[in-house]
Amino acid sequence: MKIADDLPSALTALDRPNSYIGRSVPRPNLARLMQGRGQYVSDLALARMAHVAFARSPHAHARIKKIDAAAAKKTPGVIAVVTGPELAKVITPWVGVLSHLKGIKSAPQHAIAIDRACWQGEAVCAVVAKSRAEAEDAIDLLDIDYEELPVVTDAETALDAKTLVIHPELGDNLTFERKHEAGEVDKAFKEADAVVEATFVFGRHTGVTNEPRAIVAYWNEGEQRLTVYQGTQAPHMMQNLFAKHLSLAEHQVRVVTKDVGGSFGIKVHTYADEMATVALSKLLKRPVKFVADRLESFITDIHARDHRVKAKIGVKKDGTITAFEIDDLTGIGPYSVYPRTSGIEANQVVNLVGGPYKCPNYRALARVVFQNKNVMCQYRAVGHPIATAVTEGLVELAAAKIGIDPLEMRRKNLIPDDGYPCAGASGIKFEKLSHHAALEKLVKMMGYEKLRAEQAELRKKKIYRGLGFASFIEVTNPSAAFYGVGGAKISAQDGATLRLDAQGALIVHSGVTEQGQGTEAVLAQVAASAFGIAIERVRVVTGDTDNTPYGGGTWASRAAGIGGEAAWQAGKALRQNVLAVAASILQSEPKALDIRNGLVVDADTGRERITLDEVARVAYFRPDTLPPGFQAELVATRHYVPRAWPFAFTNGIQASYLEVDIDTGFVKLLRHWCVEDCGTVINPQLVDEQIRGGIVQGIGAALYEHCIYDERGQLLNGNMADYLVPMAGEMPDMEIGHVVSPTADSELGAKGAGEAGTAGAPAVVMNAINDALRPLGAKIITEMPATPGVVLKALGRV
Amino acid sequence: MSAHDISLTVNGEAVREAVEPRRTLVDFLREDLGLTGSHVGCEHGVCGACTVRVDGAVVRGCLVLAVQCDGARVETIEGVSDSGAIADLQNAFEKRNALQCGYCTPGMLLAAEELLAAGGTPGREKIREHISGNYCRCTGYEAIVDAIEAVVQARGGRK
Repeated sequence: MKIADDLPSALTALDRPNSYIGRSVPRPNLARLMQGRGQYVSDLALARMAHVAFARSPHAHARIKKIDAAAAKKTPGVIAVVTGPELAKVITPWVGVLSHLKGIKSAPQHAIAIDRACWQGEAVCAVVAKSRAEAEDAIDLLDIDYEELPVVTDAETALDAKTLVIHPELGDNLTFERKHEAGEVDKAFKEADAVVEATFVFGRHTGVTNEPRAIVAYWNEGEQRLTVYQGTQAPHMMQNLFAKHLSLAEHQVRVVTKDVGGSFGIKVHTYADEMATVALSKLLKRPVKFVADRLESFITDIHARDHRVKAKIGVKKDGTITAFEIDDLTGIGPYSVYPRTSGIEANQVVNLVGGPYKCPNYRALARVVFQNKNVMCQYRAVGHPIATAVTEGLVELAAAKIGIDPLEMRRKNLIPDDGYPCAGASGIKFEKLSHHAALEKLVKMMGYEKLRAEQAELRKKKIYRGLGFASFIEVTNPSAAFYGVGGAKISAQDGATLRLDAQGALIVHSGVTEQGQGTEAVLAQVAASAFGIAIERVRVVTGDTDNTPYGGGTWASRAAGIGGEAAWQAGKALRQNVLAVAASILQSEPKALDIRNGLVVDADTGRERITLDEVARVAYFRPDTLPPGFQAELVATRHYVPRAWPFAFTNGIQASYLEVDIDTGFVKLLRHWCVEDCGTVINPQLVDEQIRGGIVQGIGAALYEHCIYDERGQLLNGNMADYLVPMAGEMPDMEIGHVVSPTADSELGAKGAGEAGTAGAPAVVMNAINDALRPLGAKIITEMPATPGVVLKALGRV
Repeated sequence: MSAHDISLTVNGEAVREAVEPRRTLVDFLREDLGLTGSHVGCEHGVCGACTVRVDGAVVRGCLVLAVQCDGARVETIEGVSDSGAIADLQNAFEKRNALQCGYCTPGMLLAAEELLAAGGTPGREKIREHISGNYCRCTGYEAIVDAIEAVVQARGGRK
């Protein structure tokens, strides 16, 4: 299948008549959501449904000496009070390790804590009642006797000999360590004309999905089946885990995911309270609902990005980068999160640092340690914002040190666009990237020279504006190399089943899921184009393990690239099946026919031969009129998994233009640009909006978001009034551009686009602030979030 | 906890219910009336997902108690959608893909309509300021601002 230009913007379309590929088709589910008629799990009510609330440890580390539930049990509406040991009879614990992360270790984690709570917020007792309010009333009456234990909160000292070991059976607090060395690092630093060192500190933050985590579990004792309605990104993964830990067969478990109020990686993990809800349903033989309230979300939704990276770059006078070196330390809470582990983020940092550049000399150390804080795990753009900020922070510091323009520095060092395929210094493999084309496009879009002139002019008036840049790479379309090889039952392949219904409409069932990014629109576009039907006659079904092909779901920017390709192949297959029926009716040859715009036509002339509803009518209701021995097959299923490359890397570059108020330390974002290459663009509007939303999430990390813990492991700002998120008033308009380098691993050629914005935005904002403050002789800011306090400190004003 | 009888109109329909004094308006709408279009995001008045109208004024459904609405006229996204009052705004949101997960959208639409209904031709900055009490994690806000701006232009300042 050849790729042809479809739009003047050089977005590609696959060469089919009436193709929807490369067009901004509106999403099919918007009207429902805009009318308040979505079906979020938090909206769901079932007959006899009970509500669970959890008593949570107020201490970061404490022995649970006694739980006296007598008063709670007498509270009106209470159905059951269940402790950890009681629930452990129904559900087994889990350990978050993967075999391909060598040496990673963790301790068994229970649905409800047994004997000991290891972070502030860990559930220690469940109360099930007729309403959530009544369950909370009863929790107030629980008498829980805690013995506070010493806490491990500082990652820097977590490995010291005198520090308490949180899980004594593991021997130490080291979860995972990775060392990597490539090229001749010491020699390269010696040969450098300048070496720049900096310590980058990233604030722990979290996803703050607008709809908190929500689950309704219903164990039907008569059917011996569990139905779980869950806001999740990976229904089949959860089906496997619910079955495994409740000692059921997978076919006894159905996971249903309709509308999800935001995910961003938060909803792709195993949460103890959700596992407990499922187990409680089994125990009580009735539907049980759990919806985290916002305060619970802050202390139980996974956190991310709490890294300290000591980093070093060597550079020659002409701007050539000679070496990168990093020492990354991250504290991930008391357990490695199941089943994806909490080692992946640091592992990604090692993989991605230096990624856009030719430099072959690279040394990395990453250590992941346990501590008594909420758990950390994979959140949108896992590891990318850290690696990009470290790499691009170093590149701009080095450029400033040797007095070279930061874009010239990149032109000199970025992997040349004709240099592919190739491998990065960390061992990652690139099929085809376009760093230089992206950079030149960005320069043109933003009017670089003019902005530099404006910046210089305004400095004379004591207005301090800065420009910051970041070239980046993004992991998308993961193969089995991500999780499958490590032993996790997380599908890398995905499937699509297409059916021609009895009126000639196309029904698509897919294993990938809709989290609001537009998966269902993309699947409809792809299926309609491959099959040859108007998109209005396509209906997409996702998020139901009983009714969709087995698949991985939505994470690591895989839905369009993997789920889309499966739908493309299934569309082609169903077209052939339908043409076989049509040919049989018309006494023609399938290859002489095609399906275009919902009609079977002569392939050569485009002349209409028969409608799809007529083909369906004959196949379903008058098969007796078809030739003997001919069986119509109006369903086709195809699967796809990337095989040629472990990941389809994408690339891009961002820029930020901002103004720093040097009296208050406030940063005003003026403009933001991103040029991104995600291969074939199936729906330009959806891609652009993914990037815009991702950028703003990255800006949150750069300027506002921070889970602030004290030394006792208490989260000090776990609510939406104190934890700042980006709101409309402070956000800039963002200009998005594209370069298109399709992957040859699939016919569609689409790579992922979901995380590019978040990957690059923190780096560019940090770099732009430093650029703004440079003439003032301020200290370099390498800390996120760059709050007004951080800025004023850098200026020496506080 | 003793219940109080309240009478009010919700989306033009007369409603009489017994509610606990602690019941918030948004929980009342969602759990007692099944109007789940108003969402619960933070339950402390920051995120705006629970935005509804009481006697024509936009309020946070999580900061108003149901008992306070005795005798009031309450409108939710379901009612405003069915009346067609914000059809142009909804069309603009669809055209611009100004929603992703859609969880903030009912509140965002009602907040935007409050600005539009005030008349005049607010610019982007004013639009951003007006919706800055409504949290959206998905879009980055630009598409929402674009959509509202398009309706500002189309309505031409009419109230």
